[in-house]
Amino acid sequence: MTTTLTPVLTANWDRPDSYTLDAYGEYAAAKKALGMDPDAVIQAVKDSGLRGRGGAGFPTGMKWGFIPQGDGKPHYLVVNADESEPGTCKDIPLMMANPHALVEGIIITSYAIRASHAFIYVRGEVLHVIRRLHAAVREAYEKGYLGTDIFGSGFDLELVVHSGAGAYICGEETALLDSLEGFRGQPRLKPPFPAVAGLYASPTVVNNVESIASVPSIIANGADWFAGMGTEKSKGFGIFSLSGHVTRPGQYEAPLGITLRELLDMAGGIRAGHQIKFWTPGGSSTPIFTDEHLDVPLDFEGVGAKGSMLGTRALQIFDETTCVVRTVLRWTEFYAHESCGKCTPCREGTYWLKQVLKRLEKGQGTEDDLTTITDIADNILGRSFCALGDGATSPIHSSVKYFREEYLKHFEIGGCPFDPKKSTLWGEQ
Amino acid sequence: MTYSPEIRERLERDAKEIIGRYPKTRSALLPLLHLVQSEDGYVSDDGQEFCAEMLGISKAEVTGVATFYTMYKRKPAGDYHVGVCINALCAVMGGDEIWEQLSEHVGVGHEETTGDGKVSLERLECNAACDFAPVMMVNWEFFDNQTPDSAKQLVDDLRAGKDVTPTRGPKKLCTFKEASRVLAGLPDDLAGEGPSAAGPSLEGLKVAKANGWKAPEA
Repeated sequence: MTTTLTPVLTANWDRPDSYTLDAYGEYAAAKKALGMDPDAVIQAVKDSGLRGRGGAGFPTGMKWGFIPQGDGKPHYLVVNADESEPGTCKDIPLMMANPHALVEGIIITSYAIRASHAFIYVRGEVLHVIRRLHAAVREAYEKGYLGTDIFGSGFDLELVVHSGAGAYICGEETALLDSLEGFRGQPRLKPPFPAVAGLYASPTVVNNVESIASVPSIIANGADWFAGMGTEKSKGFGIFSLSGHVTRPGQYEAPLGITLRELLDMAGGIRAGHQIKFWTPGGSSTPIFTDEHLDVPLDFEGVGAKGSMLGTRALQIFDETTCVVRTVLRWTEFYAHESCGKCTPCREGTYWLKQVLKRLEKGQGTEDDLTTITDIADNILGRSFCALGDGATSPIHSSVKYFREEYLKHFEIGGCPFDPKKSTLWGEQ
Repeated sequence: MTYSPEIRERLERDAKEIIGRYPKTRSALLPLLHLVQSEDGYVSDDGQEFCAEMLGISKAEVTGVATFYTMYKRKPAGDYHVGVCINALCAVMGGDEIWEQLSEHVGVGHEETTGDGKVSLERLECNAACDFAPVMMVNWEFFDNQTPDSAKQLVDDLRAGKDVTPTRGPKKLCTFKEASRVLAGLPDDLAGEGPSAAGPSLEGLKVAKANGWKAPEA
């Protein structure tokens, strides 16, 4: 049986006023949750099997359960809306079209973890999304869904929309917290984890936008409803973002476990007259796949078993006109640019990877350079302070694994064998 | 140069409102730096001094933070700050060609501003709109599915003072300073303009509707 799409978070995006409270409707799920015991809300999310939608896939309910209760400290919820992983483009349209799903999810989550102050840390480079968030929060305050004594439950919540200022590293949860405290966004040593010492050294939950926005549907429809979708260990639905050389790129909300072959069928396939060459299952930090992997179930286990990661379901698709060396160079330049500089393996390693890859792409390298880049990558992986360094090694290792011949071809002919014009949106017109 | 008493009073009023939202004052530093850019078009020396005074921290601490984040400009940005995504996917889809042609056409490079102060250019990393590649941003509004010609036309229109409409954003583009004010947490009233979602954002939903596919009933 083929998998079919399951629009939940995207279901109202075609309404011209979907971002308004009128269109979204009253916060029935929040009202229901605030009538429950907070621990029962946590249990429902545990039972649903929801796993973090920001890439790592940590069980959301379990994360909430780590917040110590009765500790006398303030608790905080911080939504990670710093969507910046190359290829990842789901949270931004979600917040643009359906910000109330996020705000309602924040109310439910804050109630569950006993937080009375929540923040949306949104990347700064998305002005209209930030406007929509501010407007949604204002509407929720006006209706009494935020503020004091929400739904007469005695629960109070303040919600602040906080704009970042251009730093990929702030998507790393502890760097995000440092940034939100008004510092340079550099990751912290863990442990202590944010659940124990997060924002202002108080217990803090940091969750991705899509994770939190999924919570109202779980409370409204029940944990079993959510768990009925997806696969055994990767339950529920998620937004799959197709980009690149696809006939109809876009956002496809489907149960976890759908395959790229199925998604491509829905998206009209690879652009006319071309074939798939390589793709990322979940952003540039997840090792690339090739046409061998079209039937891999896109869930945490299925992708992991084939040597990559589900990540953010950011399916960047490249056809046979694309030079893999050039693509990897550009990702590597990104990591070098975004490395925060705190730890040596990442700061120096990404810098040198960039230098060697530039030489390789120009056809001025040697076969030894392939050993050099994999050696450098080996010395970054597992030795960096945070996952940014690890992520930088994914395109290196995977591209050398699958496309070694293409690297060699560059120095055989003393240049790039590809015409970059053919890969462009207008190249085939 | 320091701020005139009127400007100073206005900035202080805004700053106090922003600071009041946070349990600890220093959290307001990023918003205050955006506020400074809304006044000066960059993080000016005066602006950094102002942030330090408002938050009770040293100016060196402010500078240390301001220099970490790419959205804070060390010299005045143009009225229209134009970014071209050159991350891998956009670059391959045409971002590289757009950048080359646009930079040559405008006559300025990365993080440089035209002599008339109208336009500055930046090579952007991924802006989370990959399904609309190649992507450009002007004052952090989306300009989707660009070509070298559309990019040059866009900048010509901006320099000629014509009204320009983002693909997914308000009817009329605001200036860099106006945009910075929204980023500081002082929104304008334009949230109701522009589409909910457009183009690729709706492709999955269209397929689902055409096939009668829905999430299961509760």
